[in-house]
Amino acid sequence: MSQKFTRRGFNKLVIAGAAGSTLGVFGSAKPLFASQKHVVVIGGGFGGASTAKYIRKLDPSVSVTLVEPAMTFYTCPFSNWVMGGLKEMKDIGHTYDVLQSKYGIEVVHDEAVEIDATNHSVKLKGGNELKYDRLVVSPGIDFNYDAIEGYSEEVANTSMPHAYKAGPQTELLTKQLQEMADGDNVLICPPGNPFRCPPGPYERASLIAHYLKKHKPKSKVIILDAKEKFSKQGLFTKGWEKLYRGIIEWRAGSAGGKVMSVDPATMTVQTPLGPVKGGVVNVIPPQRAGKIAFNAGLTNETGWCPVNPITFESTIHPGIHVIGDSCIAGAMPKSGFAASSQGKVTAASIVRLLQGKVPASPSLVNTCYSLVGPGYGISVAAVYKLTSDGIVSIKGAGGLTPMDADDDQLSEEATYARGWYNNIAQDIWG
Amino acid sequence: MVKKITSWLSVGLISAAALSGCNTQKSETQDSAQQSEAEIVEVDPRGEILALSCASCHGTDGESVGIKPGFYGKPAAYLKTALIEFKNDERYSTVMGRHAKGYTDEEIDLIAEYFGGLNQQNSK
Repeated sequence: MSQKFTRRGFNKLVIAGAAGSTLGVFGSAKPLFASQKHVVVIGGGFGGASTAKYIRKLDPSVSVTLVEPAMTFYTCPFSNWVMGGLKEMKDIGHTYDVLQSKYGIEVVHDEAVEIDATNHSVKLKGGNELKYDRLVVSPGIDFNYDAIEGYSEEVANTSMPHAYKAGPQTELLTKQLQEMADGDNVLICPPGNPFRCPPGPYERASLIAHYLKKHKPKSKVIILDAKEKFSKQGLFTKGWEKLYRGIIEWRAGSAGGKVMSVDPATMTVQTPLGPVKGGVVNVIPPQRAGKIAFNAGLTNETGWCPVNPITFESTIHPGIHVIGDSCIAGAMPKSGFAASSQGKVTAASIVRLLQGKVPASPSLVNTCYSLVGPGYGISVAAVYKLTSDGIVSIKGAGGLTPMDADDDQLSEEATYARGWYNNIAQDIWG
Repeated sequence: MVKKITSWLSVGLISAAALSGCNTQKSETQDSAQQSEAEIVEVDPRGEILALSCASCHGTDGESVGIKPGFYGKPAAYLKTALIEFKNDERYSTVMGRHAKGYTDEEIDLIAEYFGGLNQQNSK
């Protein structure tokens, strides 16, 4: 997913940027107050809400409209904790009240269905149209349901949830776990790279195992993986040995893990080594950029959105910034933390661009905490900088929880995981 | 490498110049005057962009609402010492050492000054 720009590519970028922005000045209708700049943000998750808040914080003269269909946004981070019985849905839900009242952001609960990049406007499902000086697109992911034979959105909503967008899917999977007979197995089927939250399926396996150990001791978790290796593998494997020996089984893609098709009627997954039946079947399909990014032509052949790594401005449509899971951000993973970090860099860039100034060189970070058990946390961190190869992680910095971390450190990491969640949620929606 | 990054920045510059129409030659003095009217305090843009990262774990402006240590109200010198010690493994941490190693001493200065300055502004 690393991106390189050729010199010619750069020249194109420069020309495109200039032309697009000129159109913005002379071609689009101005907001009510001619001098006031207006930014529209599509998506109220980690990326979009961060951008909206930080634009208003850094320059209150810029007006911001945030478009998000949900009244309450449920976070994917910590949704595994709900499945494990450690949190409730209300703990991972966030509203937009503070962004409206304290930061003066106009929040429109509607869905963006069309972007007119030439005329700088966004059409909403409800019929309204929003004009913008700069647009931020942060729609998260969309699923390639067709990639797995027998799977579909309907199957996901009724019998084999992906639970990779938090909300009703999280509740469905949690309910299925509670209703499952003791002795039945839970199948988790993660996709190949790249996908949202690389350690997510393995934290999920851990916390479901925690639940099973307590409530269904005859059941186990089988991970049918499309991949040969996974994020924080050494640390997870060590934790599973310690806490869930015999409860979690991981099958690599080449060892019969690859899912070829699913049959919801019999709750069966077909693999090269034969069918596997589950009491609960969690299929996480391959992913691509969120629907609106796709429809607006912001994606390239990879299904994700190429961007300028300083401003996160689309290299396809100038004036539109794409952040979070949908964008191609070099070495950065598709995580809520990364999306928020990109959102802040984008907010700072947009503020400076609207003031006619040069954006600062970006500094980006990521920390992904995973819980193996209630008092057993692990993390991976990285600090990123811009080089000629795009966004790369700084050598010598970041990295994983040490493999020889003692029980106290692992317990501290679990405590800090909770602390991280409280603070990032406050930093974004509070 | 430097040239390449300058090119990336120039994309932003040209884009910004086009956006602000005829007023691209505005001097910094004019900018500052306009901003003080809007009550925006000029900060080092690099310091700002480095410092914004910290809030994702430590809370907006370093005001923590959870168990993670907050540092709102701490002076720049204190923050600088702490970050340098984390960077050099002279202070125990779970993850801070891994983060602090990602910044040069100059960048640590900018981060410390940003938060130190922020506290001063808000206490006025």
